[in-house]
Amino acid sequence: MAMLEVKDINVYYGAIHAIKGVSFEVNEGEIVTLIGANGAGKSTILKTVSGLLHSRTGSIAFQGENIAGMAPHKLVGKGLAQVPEGRAVFLRMTVEENLEMGAYTRPNSELAPHLDRVFEQFPRLKERRKQVAGTLSGGEQQMLAMGRALMSSPKLMMLDEPSMGLAPILVDQIFGIIQTLHQSGTTILLVEQNAQMALGVADRGYVLETGKLVSSGTGTELLKDESVKKAYLGG
Amino acid sequence: MHLFSILISQIINGLQSGAIYALVALGYSMVYGIILLLNFAHGDIIMVGAYAVWFSMAHLGLHPIPSMLLAVAASTLLGVLIEKLAYTPLRSAPRLSLLITAIGVSFLLENSFQLIFGAGAQTVPNLISGPSLQVGSVTVSFSAMLTILVSVICMAGLTFLVQKTKLGKAMRAVSENMSAAQLMGISLNRTISFTFAMGSALAGVGSVLYLCTYGQASPTMGSMLGLKAFVAAVLGGIGSLPGAMIGGFAIGLTEALVSAAGLSVWKDGAVFAILIVVLLVKPTGLLGKPMVEKV
Repeated sequence: MAMLEVKDINVYYGAIHAIKGVSFEVNEGEIVTLIGANGAGKSTILKTVSGLLHSRTGSIAFQGENIAGMAPHKLVGKGLAQVPEGRAVFLRMTVEENLEMGAYTRPNSELAPHLDRVFEQFPRLKERRKQVAGTLSGGEQQMLAMGRALMSSPKLMMLDEPSMGLAPILVDQIFGIIQTLHQSGTTILLVEQNAQMALGVADRGYVLETGKLVSSGTGTELLKDESVKKAYLGG
Repeated sequence: MHLFSILISQIINGLQSGAIYALVALGYSMVYGIILLLNFAHGDIIMVGAYAVWFSMAHLGLHPIPSMLLAVAASTLLGVLIEKLAYTPLRSAPRLSLLITAIGVSFLLENSFQLIFGAGAQTVPNLISGPSLQVGSVTVSFSAMLTILVSVICMAGLTFLVQKTKLGKAMRAVSENMSAAQLMGISLNRTISFTFAMGSALAGVGSVLYLCTYGQASPTMGSMLGLKAFVAAVLGGIGSLPGAMIGGFAIGLTEALVSAAGLSVWKDGAVFAILIVVLLVKPTGLLGKPMVEKV
């Protein structure tokens, strides 16, 4: 049984049919990536899985339970965490408060050990723990968004374009962290426009074009695929 | 010396009414901060609180203290009820629909209270009495001391709650980014209801303090009080809690000083002139942050 099984979802923005019958799955322990151009519907799919948007059809099963239509705040407790598009850290709250919000569904007694673990992973955040998140750099905000998602000890972590707007050296760093998280047992669903990087770390990938899945395969397969190369990897 | 003591007494009067404006302005700002609604029914919650005191004393024969607690409870409940019945169904509607609904709720409350209890004012017997304070030639009434003290305690309590508790932090998270807050596991419904409950409880405390000084409840008492508190919230920067506190005291002091200058007919005008000036010169208010449109 797959950890996350998305079957035939159709999502609309008003009259616009944004996601057209998409199905995919993420198995426990995998890094799976959804790649595609801007506006292909990658973020829409993540938002649908996390309950912010709803599909008119199909099902979304997380660890065997149908979660389609469930309120987003109920999913965190089930082990699903999302690092949202554009980071979406709470800019007027401190680094530590942001992390506390990540552990909102956990009992207070777990807060300190979780904080220690995240600070170990992201020493920079520890230095800045009392600082307001709005004063952090883009890379630091991305680390905060990831640390915040980790605070709930998720089984599945979904990342929405973690490389967006970051300098190449930071992108490398962020992808290094994703691999470390994966090695420590977190299953990862990664949405990326940076297909090269994403396919490089992913076990499997799906290619999305204007709301439809057009191909899928292992990371290495897709990296070698001629049409993928042409469309996303600069020939 | 005589002039000086008049000035000091007027400043104390200003702080007293300002404290009430501040409590009410906090409710405006909290609700605006979280769902971007100017809750024009907020002033009427004070009216309902005042009637609750009057009703429990005159008709239920309760002692002032339980009557006052009952009034705070009734205001809190009413605030949450309005949110659940009138605003929750409109959460994804345009903001204008929400604003018009708030005005509708305000009319509904004012008119139904006129229908039930009549349009005239009800007199509430002296709620609490105590010794006044004599400092030189200035007398500070017991109700003034009580009003200022209780308001400051409420404001300190609210500040602690919003800054330090888990629920308060959740409120700030929701007010900053609703969808990210949901992804943290924060329930929107619970957090928004809690915000209305806190704001309305403060309005309830405001209604009790109002009665301690003025001793009268009428169906339309909330509209002017609410509007002035709204001006206070805008002056301080709507959405900012310290701003609402500063704005409240500033409006109270303005009124008192305009009266002290012998222009008491102009005191309402002065308050609304402040609104116009703020909107023209610094629409974000003293402590407000410029709104960034979320994409």
